[in-house]
Amino acid sequence: MKTATSRTQSPSLLDVAHRAWTAFARRPESGAILSVLVIGIFLSIATTQFLTVANLMLVARGFAFTAIAAMGAFLVIVTGGIDLSVGSVMGLAGLTAAFLSANGTSFLVALMAGLAAGALVGLVNGLFTAHMNLAPFMVTLGMLSVVRGIDVAITGGTPIQGIDPAITWLGQGYVLGIPVPVWIMVVLGILLTIVMKRTTFGWYVYAIGGNIEAARLSGVRVRRVKAAVYTIAGLLAAIGGILLTARLGVGESTSGTGYELDVIAAAVIGGTSLTGGQGSVAGAIWGAALLGVVRNGLVLLGVSDFWQTIAIGLVIIFAVVIDRYRSRPAA
Amino acid sequence: MESLELVVSGAEKSFGGVTVVRGVDLTIRSGEVIALLGENGAGKSTLMKLIAGVHEADAAQIRLNGRAVEIPDVRAAQAHGIAMVHQELNLTENQTVAQNLTLGRTPTLGPDVLGLVDRRRVLREAQQALDVIGSRVSPHDVVGDLSIAQRQQVEIAKALSQSDVSVLLLDEPTSSLPEEQANDLLALLQRLREQGLAIVITTHRLDEAFAVADRIVVLRDGERVAEFDAEEPDATRDRIVEAMVGRTLTALFPDHRAPQEETVLEVRGLSGGIVHDVSFEVRRGEIFGLGGLVGAGRTEAVRLVFGADRRDTGTVVLNGRDVRIRSPREAVRLGVGFVPEDRKAQGLVLLQDVQENVALPNLRTWQRWGLIEMRRLREAVAAAIRDFGIKTRGARQVVSRLSGGNQQKVVLAKWLAQPLSLLILDEPTRGVDVGARADLYRQIDEIAAQGVGILLVSSDMEELIGLSDRIGVMAEGRYQGTLAASEVTQEAILRLASKLESLDTTPHRTGDHT
Repeated sequence: MKTATSRTQSPSLLDVAHRAWTAFARRPESGAILSVLVIGIFLSIATTQFLTVANLMLVARGFAFTAIAAMGAFLVIVTGGIDLSVGSVMGLAGLTAAFLSANGTSFLVALMAGLAAGALVGLVNGLFTAHMNLAPFMVTLGMLSVVRGIDVAITGGTPIQGIDPAITWLGQGYVLGIPVPVWIMVVLGILLTIVMKRTTFGWYVYAIGGNIEAARLSGVRVRRVKAAVYTIAGLLAAIGGILLTARLGVGESTSGTGYELDVIAAAVIGGTSLTGGQGSVAGAIWGAALLGVVRNGLVLLGVSDFWQTIAIGLVIIFAVVIDRYRSRPAA
Repeated sequence: MESLELVVSGAEKSFGGVTVVRGVDLTIRSGEVIALLGENGAGKSTLMKLIAGVHEADAAQIRLNGRAVEIPDVRAAQAHGIAMVHQELNLTENQTVAQNLTLGRTPTLGPDVLGLVDRRRVLREAQQALDVIGSRVSPHDVVGDLSIAQRQQVEIAKALSQSDVSVLLLDEPTSSLPEEQANDLLALLQRLREQGLAIVITTHRLDEAFAVADRIVVLRDGERVAEFDAEEPDATRDRIVEAMVGRTLTALFPDHRAPQEETVLEVRGLSGGIVHDVSFEVRRGEIFGLGGLVGAGRTEAVRLVFGADRRDTGTVVLNGRDVRIRSPREAVRLGVGFVPEDRKAQGLVLLQDVQENVALPNLRTWQRWGLIEMRRLREAVAAAIRDFGIKTRGARQVVSRLSGGNQQKVVLAKWLAQPLSLLILDEPTRGVDVGARADLYRQIDEIAAQGVGILLVSSDMEELIGLSDRIGVMAEGRYQGTLAASEVTQEAILRLASKLESLDTTPHRTGDHT
């Protein structure tokens, strides 16, 4: 201590930068953030349209639907589960709201009904997996098909027209120059982050994913928390789905089809560990952003449709490889 | 089998700048058992792995019967007849014993390229391997259905089925075995020694070293600090422990407190699973031990009390109230804590940090307006780290990085953030080294002194007798009787513990040193 007085001066800029970098790199979402930045910079140079306000808003609105549902997927995956039914739940919520609204129900009731439908499917998923101890993979795979069938039944095969403009505004409107879905995504993201970091519920969710038996023996009501997680995931999928339908302006029976791929991928790309117990809300959003930016970039670069699909698939596989390496030293 | 002498001198090994083994000499001879003792991190396992070629030594001279040899990898070690059984068993659980025993060198029929398995030879070779060690495990059994002791036998048979094994190294072979099965294993090692094998084991249990070893070698901080001839009178427990810890240990067990008369827990006619009609009581400030052989239903009984498993009948009276505990959650709310048998699988969320683990059972304590008050929580956790002497880089250190003893202190600490009436401890010092064990005993004693009733399950006789004020003994799921402090002896416990109503009275206690 006597000889090192010269060292006790304020740490050098390099030290601070180094420490900030390690702190950043340790966060689950760091990989997704870096990828978005790198690809964003590349696209800004390679294309003239990417770095324009209009394009960025388009991209942000495009991935907001995915990001909102991905927050739910993140929750489920943190508990060590999986929800494959998101895509059809998104469809169900949007179509329920569209159907009621088009048939003269007030827009508020229509919205509430849409949300309730999503939450209800989530609750059923949760009860089956948590209380009957069934494999979530199979329960939600079955639910994917059941709900898709209901979606088609609601529309009767023809698109639902005449949705209340108050609903379509949620998908198409702007506030302060920023699309409404983006605002909703940000607000939900902040709320859920607080829930995960600062409430007993959030801590229990991480504990269950980390070691379900230790959590149970510590007095955590494991089944109840799990059922709640699936319900919230259903609700978040419903919000994403309603916004998606609102954006389109018509209720298509195929609405939300295939979204489970993007939604689950977004959560995992954002650093949610498939083995449970680790991940962040911000990660789910950044993961969705990465998929959105990659899609947009491929379009701007004039890459054909099927190549886009292949590229998205490769991004997902790459993310899983990263996840594998990331979780290794901890295990 | 020819007689053999393997002389290792000046063995050195470091990992990432940390020296783990420092200039160690070790001589291994056929027909001799060496016990390597030392605290966790003393370098026992690493030394073994250097000899078995799992790690390559940074420096070492190895002479086999006077001839200089090198052991850069496992293959070389095998060529010299050296086989090792690792602490973590390496068997495929879904396959049969025979499949495991012939794994990697499965005998085939016809041309090799077809890879057609010769099932008859697989069975025959497996049976031969099992016969060598006198195991009664069937080659047809699926490994997943075997007990830990039986798996250990398979693992040893597998190690010995290499061609011409003359040196057998076993890392902590008894750490996950109950006492009586550990004794069976030691008897097996003695038989193998008589067949002329050179054997080296590491262990945490001094009794075992005395029971089986010809020589006891003590390592500390990677260095060989002492060697004892097990037959010599100077090889006393105290001197060995002193060599291991590097300081004189004050008494391992604290003096007994005077328990109060008031009853904290009263269990009446508890049944469920293998537990049948068990009744006992625990007083305030008392450590009540539950003894018995493994499989006697002690863990099962305390899990019923805690609500971890479903009970069929019976009443649990806590602080004079008949409480119907149906889940761990209800037990926790009533002020009951539970330190489970398997720390890593049941006690801790390994990937979370000290703070998150300590907070888990009492999270609501720090909740206000629906949010966790981080400042108050941090203070409480800092206090717990201090009070329990948890050696950690900080509250945010991931618990998987802590040593076994410190992990166990975290599990204890998590129950004490709130006033407790009853604390259930199931094998609280399993896999914990001597130094940390003394700490834990002192802490358990202090918790009792605060008036908490403690229900202790332990398979370690010394610990059970040393800590408990009274001891209840179980056998075959039934309660056999209570021993007051004045009546407690190892013999008295065993007499009650072996009151078996079903048959099998084969004595398997060998090498019993008392």
